[in-house]
Amino acid sequence: MVPVRQRLDARHLLCPLPVIRVQDRIGRMAHGEQLEVLCTDPGAASDVPAWCRINGHRVLGIRERDGELVILIEVGGGKR
Amino acid sequence: MLNTMSEQRKALALISGGLDSMLAARVVMEQGIHVEGVNFYTGFCVEGHTHAIRKRDRSRPKRNNALWVAEQLGIRLHFVDVTEQYKGVVINPRYGYGANLNPCLDCKCFMVGKAVEWIEAHGFDFIITGEVVGQRPMSQRRDTMRTVARESGADDRLLRPLCAKNLPPTLPEREGWVDRERLYGFSGRSRKPQMALAERFGLSDYAQPAGGCCFLTDEAYSRKLADLWQARGSREYELDDIMLLKVGRHLRPRPHFKLIIGREEGENNFLQGFRHRFVQLRTVSHPGPLALIDGETGEEDRELAARITARFSSGRNAQQVELRLEEPQGAQRLLRVAPMSAEEVLPEWYL
Repeated sequence: MVPVRQRLDARHLLCPLPVIRVQDRIGRMAHGEQLEVLCTDPGAASDVPAWCRINGHRVLGIRERDGELVILIEVGGGKR
Repeated sequence: MLNTMSEQRKALALISGGLDSMLAARVVMEQGIHVEGVNFYTGFCVEGHTHAIRKRDRSRPKRNNALWVAEQLGIRLHFVDVTEQYKGVVINPRYGYGANLNPCLDCKCFMVGKAVEWIEAHGFDFIITGEVVGQRPMSQRRDTMRTVARESGADDRLLRPLCAKNLPPTLPEREGWVDRERLYGFSGRSRKPQMALAERFGLSDYAQPAGGCCFLTDEAYSRKLADLWQARGSREYELDDIMLLKVGRHLRPRPHFKLIIGREEGENNFLQGFRHRFVQLRTVSHPGPLALIDGETGEEDRELAARITARFSSGRNAQQVELRLEEPQGAQRLLRVAPMSAEEVLPEWYL
């Protein structure tokens, strides 16, 4: 089954705002769903994965597209 | 015996990303308490913004210190966006400001108060901060620490593990959830006890304690915020306003408008994102900055703004510099001006 994938536009936000937006969105998502995040702050490339690691989510990939970061996250089971 | 006969107690640690809050959380974790962290985003946090904006800073490794601390401790970290509610703290602090526009005591009361809301919503037992008696002139004195506990509503659910032995026992100590004897009695401004404790815990890489995780403690930033309030005739702000105060040169050549001039490519790119809100100027005949005009301006003002902007371009010594002026709605036109000389740009214009 193809996992549900949501998209989050966090462009033009400076860290930690992209992380806060990710946190708030994941709080409304279910275990196993995926979130694709668009960011322009280069700091998001380290901050979003760090937040995912300590909160039990998995970063499936990070790539750059037209100067923007695209981070794909799989929601873990232990979220609050 | 502690924590063996009953359920595991849970504490929420205020994590700034500095050493003290890291140590405070670690000290309590060592006693078998389940600890999670919280970091409040006010919009004035120094963390990472300059780094994110300025291109020349990007070669340095970037990390969010609060996240990094949480990862080192192996705890979860919850960010809470308090930008809207925090305005009340900045605009009208009950206990006043510090040396600049830093409402440190109100800020601490506010944050611990938000932590109280969090622990009550999530079934946690108490709150931890890294405060040390006598370390800060406003928010970390014995009397003001009592004020924080009272005003925040935390009362004896607020534990300061680094200086607990200098303070009356709190709920977690009285109930035996934590052993007071294994807490600390630090006081004063010396950092040596914290550094020794960090060494004991094997923590060697931590953010330098500079006392400045907030732009409001910065004199130049506070001056720009005060100018913004004065120019608008109201002590209001939006998130965009306080972000822009972190970027570029700010010059106010006339009371009714100011210029924000990018200092390098990264800042120009950041300012470009505000083009739908402000008139913007960009040099086209010579390499140079992007500038935003904040305020209602007539033709004469815009020419003045263009001449100042040209002064900060490579064409500063040219007879004439060409700039593109773009309205927020997108209409564009070219301006040709003589760049101002260094003497013409008055020192009092700089904010």
